[in-house]
Amino acid sequence: MSLDAIIIGAGHNGLVTACYLARAGMKVVVVEKNDWIGGAAVSRSLHPGFTYSNCSYVSSLFRPEIMRDLDLPRHGLQILPYEGGAVLTRDGGYLAMFRDHDANRREFARRNPRDAEAYDRYARDVLRHCRFIRPLLMRTPPDPSRFRPRDLAELAWLGRKVMAMSEEQIAAMVRFWTMSIADYLDEYFTDPVIKAYLAVSAIIGTALGPMSPGSAYVLLHHYMGDVDGNVGAWGFARGGMGSITTALHRSLQAAGGTVRAGRGVERILVANGRAVGVRLEGGEEVRARRVISNMDVKRTLLTHVEAAELPGDLRRQVARFKTRGSSGKVNIALDGPPRFTALPEGAPMLKGDLHFTDSIERMERAYDDWKSGHFSRDPFQDMMIPTMIDPTMAPPGKHFMSCFVQYAPPKIAGRDWTDADRDAFGKTVIDQIEAHAPGFRNLILHAEVRTPRELEAEVGLTDGNIFQGELTFDQLLFNRPLPGYAQYRSPIRDLWLCGSSTHPGGGVMGAPGRNAAAEILREIRAPATMGDAYAVL
Amino acid sequence: MSDPRLHYRAPLLRTPFHPRIAEANVLNQWGAWAGYTTALALQDEEMEYTAIRNGASLYDLCPMVKYRIMGPQAAEYLGRLTLRDVVRQPVGTVRYTAWCDDAGKVLDDGTLFRLAEAEFMLCCQERHLPWLLDAASGFDVAIAEITEAVAALSLQGPCSASVLRAAGLDVSALKPFAVTRQEFAGTTLTLSRTGFTGDLGYELWLAPEAALPLWDGLMAAGAPWGIRPIGSNALNLARIEAGFIIANADFVPAEQALREDRPRSPFEIGLDWMIDWQKGHFNGRRALLAERDGQTSRWALVALDIEGNVPAEGALLYHGKTREVGHITAAAWSPATKRNVALASLRRPWDRTAADDLWAEVYALRELHYVKLMLRARITERPFFAPARRRATPPEDF
Amino acid sequence: MPSSDAIVIGGGPNGLAAAARLAASGRRVTLCEAGAVAGGGAVTAEFAPGYRVSGLAHLLGHLDARVIAGMELERHGLAFAATGLATTAVSATGDHLRLEGAAGARLTGRIAPEDVLAWDRLRSRLMAFAAALAPMRAMAPPRLARGAANEMLRLARVGLGLRRLGRDEFREFLRMILINVADVAEDELSDDRLGGLLAFDATLGAWLGPRSPNSLILYLDRLAGGMAGQQAALALPKGGMGTVAAAMARGAEAKGVVLRTGARVARILVEDGRALGVALADGEEIRADLVVSAIGPKATLAGLVGPRHLDTGFLRQTAAIRARGGAAKLHLALTGLPDFRGADPKTRLVIAPSVNAVEAAFNPVKYGEVPDRPVMEAILPSAHEDGFAPGGHHVLSAIVQFAPHAPKDGADQARALMLERSLAVLEDHAPGLGALIAHAEMLMPQDIAARHGMVGGAWHHADLAVEQMLFLRPFAAVAQYRTPVAGLWLGGAGCHPGGHVSGAAGWNAAGAILAEGGR
Repeated sequence: MSLDAIIIGAGHNGLVTACYLARAGMKVVVVEKNDWIGGAAVSRSLHPGFTYSNCSYVSSLFRPEIMRDLDLPRHGLQILPYEGGAVLTRDGGYLAMFRDHDANRREFARRNPRDAEAYDRYARDVLRHCRFIRPLLMRTPPDPSRFRPRDLAELAWLGRKVMAMSEEQIAAMVRFWTMSIADYLDEYFTDPVIKAYLAVSAIIGTALGPMSPGSAYVLLHHYMGDVDGNVGAWGFARGGMGSITTALHRSLQAAGGTVRAGRGVERILVANGRAVGVRLEGGEEVRARRVISNMDVKRTLLTHVEAAELPGDLRRQVARFKTRGSSGKVNIALDGPPRFTALPEGAPMLKGDLHFTDSIERMERAYDDWKSGHFSRDPFQDMMIPTMIDPTMAPPGKHFMSCFVQYAPPKIAGRDWTDADRDAFGKTVIDQIEAHAPGFRNLILHAEVRTPRELEAEVGLTDGNIFQGELTFDQLLFNRPLPGYAQYRSPIRDLWLCGSSTHPGGGVMGAPGRNAAAEILREIRAPATMGDAYAVL
Repeated sequence: MSDPRLHYRAPLLRTPFHPRIAEANVLNQWGAWAGYTTALALQDEEMEYTAIRNGASLYDLCPMVKYRIMGPQAAEYLGRLTLRDVVRQPVGTVRYTAWCDDAGKVLDDGTLFRLAEAEFMLCCQERHLPWLLDAASGFDVAIAEITEAVAALSLQGPCSASVLRAAGLDVSALKPFAVTRQEFAGTTLTLSRTGFTGDLGYELWLAPEAALPLWDGLMAAGAPWGIRPIGSNALNLARIEAGFIIANADFVPAEQALREDRPRSPFEIGLDWMIDWQKGHFNGRRALLAERDGQTSRWALVALDIEGNVPAEGALLYHGKTREVGHITAAAWSPATKRNVALASLRRPWDRTAADDLWAEVYALRELHYVKLMLRARITERPFFAPARRRATPPEDF
Repeated sequence: MPSSDAIVIGGGPNGLAAAARLAASGRRVTLCEAGAVAGGGAVTAEFAPGYRVSGLAHLLGHLDARVIAGMELERHGLAFAATGLATTAVSATGDHLRLEGAAGARLTGRIAPEDVLAWDRLRSRLMAFAAALAPMRAMAPPRLARGAANEMLRLARVGLGLRRLGRDEFREFLRMILINVADVAEDELSDDRLGGLLAFDATLGAWLGPRSPNSLILYLDRLAGGMAGQQAALALPKGGMGTVAAAMARGAEAKGVVLRTGARVARILVEDGRALGVALADGEEIRADLVVSAIGPKATLAGLVGPRHLDTGFLRQTAAIRARGGAAKLHLALTGLPDFRGADPKTRLVIAPSVNAVEAAFNPVKYGEVPDRPVMEAILPSAHEDGFAPGGHHVLSAIVQFAPHAPKDGADQARALMLERSLAVLEDHAPGLGALIAHAEMLMPQDIAARHGMVGGAWHHADLAVEQMLFLRPFAAVAQYRTPVAGLWLGGAGCHPGGHVSGAAGWNAAGAILAEGGR
């Protein structure tokens, strides 16, 4: 029996590619090094009775087109929107975010009446940028350095799309893509807490600070998703983020594909310049017409391919692909709900994201620590308690808390993380929560602290970068992951990339996996099994 | 609710009139309007509409967004902000006005009250504080959002002056678009001869604490004229007959438009008559001048008379039944005119060239079954309904 | 009848260039300069009795060739004490690197041969990118709009120039155009001194750290300049920058420009949406159908024109122009020649030991604080020629980065701290320098603002940053020099292609005006 494709890595993108190919009638096997599947979209039971989304923790970006194409709801996927959110301030107050438009306006008005009425224009302007970028997510980037008909046609499509806008809007878009979120927010708002709350999405997962140019784009990257058409909204996957990959796995099985978990790939086999299969740990070789890697581009080409198979300059180009990790994660099992001094009883904000960083300056200083090779002394946290909404992840009355933390560098002052560093990092995070919720520490039944070191070791993300590569223009669109290789083909024939290292990048989005499958099907002239992107509003 | 942080527990505010309206709202039909809960219909929509056209009606206007603009340069500022001349607007008058962004697209329309030489109130549908403040750069003015601080009630109908007189408020000399201050039950009431019905009517502005006594006073005084509280549905029918447009119903406010082709200039929604070209610079003037001189308006707001009696709400408009040339923004069977009327946004030049061959594609629901109708639409005069009594001063005595 | 056809506001290099070009076309041009002499940021000033120095800009790297020729600057006194100025990457241990030729064509010092090769490779690549982009400096920024009348021929030339780099280099260009300079240094160079120099030069005069995305393009802009026919070369004008100003003033007057110094414009007269002239601070009104402002765009639009003549959205964009000066200017009167551990005093001395040092110097200014270890570019003009200091004495002129434009703890405290820390850095690199100091002057961004009228002390009037470059400079609605007020044009450093002592923006603006028939 001969395989049409081996997919390395059962992360969400690998599974998405596998599903599309299997549905097109190809014989596919996904190989996964861990005993479980899911990559960074997993639900793990690390303490009895509790389910942890121990890597990615919320969903918005995952493309609804893919959910529908692959019938994921039938395979168990359910997304639950957040109910609110808040940033707790140092003075014991808070600023909340509500789903209701007018409640939100009144909340902002508590701090600044002008800002309260500025939010609509801000949201409209960001949404305009979303409208431009969303269709691009589901298309292969053109190569502007070539004159192939498809590249030219795609460039022309892009050009028409740009020129369909007014001169003012084009200028607004170029500014937005190149600005820092701090500068951008200054043009709409004056209140520091409101700005801090709105800047959050611009730094999540990135090695940029809110004052770094280009951070506004990162905000867009987190804003362009939706929950059932509600653009910019985020939600929980019921049962944890693993339910996304579990549903993908079931969809794959239903289409005739299989996942082999528990043994990693040691080498990608290349013969006569073509990928022909993989050698698994332990020596077993599996052959296939093509190999598709869901690993990031560095891990794929630098550690899983013989050096001789890749020309020296390309190796250099791969090596300089920026994958600096900037995030950590603390996952906590709680004996009961934490009591935040600032929040009123029964506050809906607990059913969403909570932050403790009440100014852009504090975020930026946290980033300065990262730049100097340290985890932030006063870190930024994106904290949630999914069990406030999702009853399936902890025993009744008990809670699972997910704390995503910026910033944590891939190395501490140039050396590897030690367990002591990791514990100190965990303590910093827990202390910050304790300061807002006295007694919190006593509720902790179990805590898992993950630094970039753990993310790399377990999930295989080089340097612990959650996006499989920084989201700056030098690594976006036709530059992602390498100029000239942005169309999901690697420099080695029949070796494809389908992970977040490819366009349009990271987040549990599935678009790279879908686009890679589209390219493969196009190459073998199979009928496409996917449609166009949905419109925004 | 003393703790301001807990506002979210009641996402829709209740207006100062809410206790009375809740009592009267036996249908319990409520809707959200600008963050307030408001009655859609209270007891009988048709009778509520009839009260507007026959006797007197009371409508709770509190959710209308209000700004107070004060200062020695308030008039200059507002002249610079809006389309009409404000410097020469007399104290004690109200003007229906609109204001535009730089591109000459309408941000909103509203009513501007000149309460004193240096004091104005601007009432509108949407919120604009950042724009109002940014436009104030260089002017000695203070701008405050006062929506919650002012309760507002609309008393409309041919007998509304009589009701006021019976309540002890003399408005016989008050001309249309004039405003006066009078004492009522120990508080100062601002009274304007304005409204959204195209009929005789008044709007009353006061401190929230005085809201219920006013309501009770008017209801008691108005009993002989059959005064009744009305909901938004009845008012909407009256405003369509009167040919009035509403932001976010008949046009998208420019700062809210996601799609660049959605905003409309005053020429495109029939507000160009407001523009005072002589008063000096105002926001959007350069763009509007270019639009006027270059004849580059792309849309026209037209009033339509549609054959048959099926309201054409949301219908697309066709020239020659094939070419799509616009859409209807508001429509109703008009009881007052016995016509099937609509307001529509029509692409130019079809507002002139398609006049004889314009069709509305209407989906009529007939016992759970939609039937597609192509109905002939004729461009007609706006307002559809304009009785002489609305202008008469002193008002007719009923 | 108006006495002038055109009024130019601001007698800096751009104002002079714009005035000269307009006058050369036969128009009667009056230039109003608020100061006692024309020159703006190009000035030679006595900062202590007997000690003179270029008071703000101190090197020429961008003086536009069209301006030099068109204003016959050489005939009017432009001369150089040094051209093709070499740079020393100063090391605290005396382990200096010397870079000669344009942007370091020849590299000497204790350095591994592979590091020299790496530098050469990077340098030539960036020089090629910059050369391809350079024609953009000499044209009005293109408009991105359907049916816009762009200078298609010139644009095509730029496009072709980029494609001529070859496919691989074109790809590199697209990858690197918005990259941060720290990554480039990390990817391409292993020598800290070179990385530090690159990082410093890229962020010189900008409000960015080397790790900020979009920082490399500022280095490309630097390389796109050049002096004396040599790309990216730096020159030291004879007699300091004041000589350049004087030559430009004479050049302008020779074209017929009426130069009025001490004439501070208080207001631009606007009626019915059209500029009619200017009113001076003393009440005098000068009428002309054409007004060109070479002072900052914010000061021009929000100040001289005033909000009443402008639309609110436009004013919002004006208010959003970012002008954050991040550089301070240090002037030292020295009783002897300082010894930078053997570094050639006739070179440009750059103290920026590593990329991280530059980044660390930037961090605090984000919060209005003064850096612990500023980085700097110092020159000793008195080492090149006499006349700057009494015999045997010297002056040191340094641009010190980064300085907070809005210091949290007050201007005086920040200035004192900045001086103290800058001197500490200098002492480490030139032991004994402190003992030579007869007088020290530290100009913080707010001092520069007060002295030269530049908002925020920003040399470029508006931050030179990608989101304020080309068709976004200073913002889209006025990027082609034209304002919504008929007859009023912008032509200062806040316009494309920015500041430096260049004249390019003014020259381009005059070109755009002439292309429109002069209105």
